[in-house]
Amino acid sequence: MAAASTLKNMAVCLTVVCLICSAVVGAAYAVTADPIAAAAQAKTTASIAAVLPAFDGTPEQGSIQVDGVDYTYYKAADAGYAIISTTSGFGGALTLMVGVENGGTIHNTAVLSHSETPGLGAKCTTDASFIDQFKGFNPAERTLTVKKDGGDLDAITASTITSRAYALAVSNAVAVYHKLTEGGQSNE
Amino acid sequence: MSKWHFVTDGFVKNNPTFVLVLGMCPTLATTTSAMNGLEMGLATMFVLILSNIVISLIAPMVPDKVRIPVYITVIATFVTVLQLLMQAFTPSVYETLGLFIPLIVVNCIVLGRAEGFANKHNVGESALDGIGVGLGFTASLTVIGIVREILGSGSLFGWKFIPGDGILAFVMAPGAFLVLGYLMVLFNKYLAKK
Repeated sequence: MAAASTLKNMAVCLTVVCLICSAVVGAAYAVTADPIAAAAQAKTTASIAAVLPAFDGTPEQGSIQVDGVDYTYYKAADAGYAIISTTSGFGGALTLMVGVENGGTIHNTAVLSHSETPGLGAKCTTDASFIDQFKGFNPAERTLTVKKDGGDLDAITASTITSRAYALAVSNAVAVYHKLTEGGQSNE
Repeated sequence: MSKWHFVTDGFVKNNPTFVLVLGMCPTLATTTSAMNGLEMGLATMFVLILSNIVISLIAPMVPDKVRIPVYITVIATFVTVLQLLMQAFTPSVYETLGLFIPLIVVNCIVLGRAEGFANKHNVGESALDGIGVGLGFTASLTVIGIVREILGSGSLFGWKFIPGDGILAFVMAPGAFLVLGYLMVLFNKYLAKK
């Protein structure tokens, strides 16, 4: 039933199949590129709004280097900074949007992307008792690490590594905030 | 003869999870909740139906010695398309299932049905087989997910009815093996009775 397995047949068949498949993938990419970008943009806008107090106007995007790592941040003049901070979680990069109010108190945090285990570390996106600890957290008064490490945060059950990564991402964002508000004096 | 049996065969007699024991990686890894199991099953079914259809169409033209690379290319194409579509239109589902969507390419159910069924049957039968096996896989994953979610998190499809954490082991890998094993026993006991 199948065509004979001659070299010519095989080469032609593979070439044709690969060409058609590449065309299909290319077409799918062309169709979905805009919705994917729009979805990512909508998510960024929504996360900024979620992690900062209500503000007017469009936040201003910028980037800064702290300890050799580049951070992207969004500045909303009357509200504070929304800082994107990435650390290593249990399953890969854990990226957060951290809202720091003018004055240095954390307003809220949101997970932008993660590769944590579903049902365990992935709870860092849904577990209110964990996420709410960061709301109104003042890093000047309390320690931004999990209790196992001597800090003031309860870790997600069975997901200490994820919780540590989350706490580290937030504390890195606080460091970024301090660097931003120092007015560029620091050049260590 | 009715072609309905192509669907029911995939669902019961050739149930990919409990009888053929194929595709164990996503079965064990993504069934932490009923919803995750259902979404993973549907994603696999999408690829399964389309790859079955295309492979049954092109099988007569593909030389035997290159059939596996051709099938894998076709399957990988559908998985990539699915991945892009999910990223664009259901980003939250895509984030939950993450890595396991691209891994559908190497799911032995998909290649198994291509090699074991679609290349010997016509388009209609292959599509029905894809629907049957896909539904069987989806149902199995959802059932495993339901059991694990109830025992592990005290909730069902995200609706929490038992306060507290539940038996954590059932959310983790050991629970997946336990639940799968017991469900397999029940399923095969039921099949043996018939």
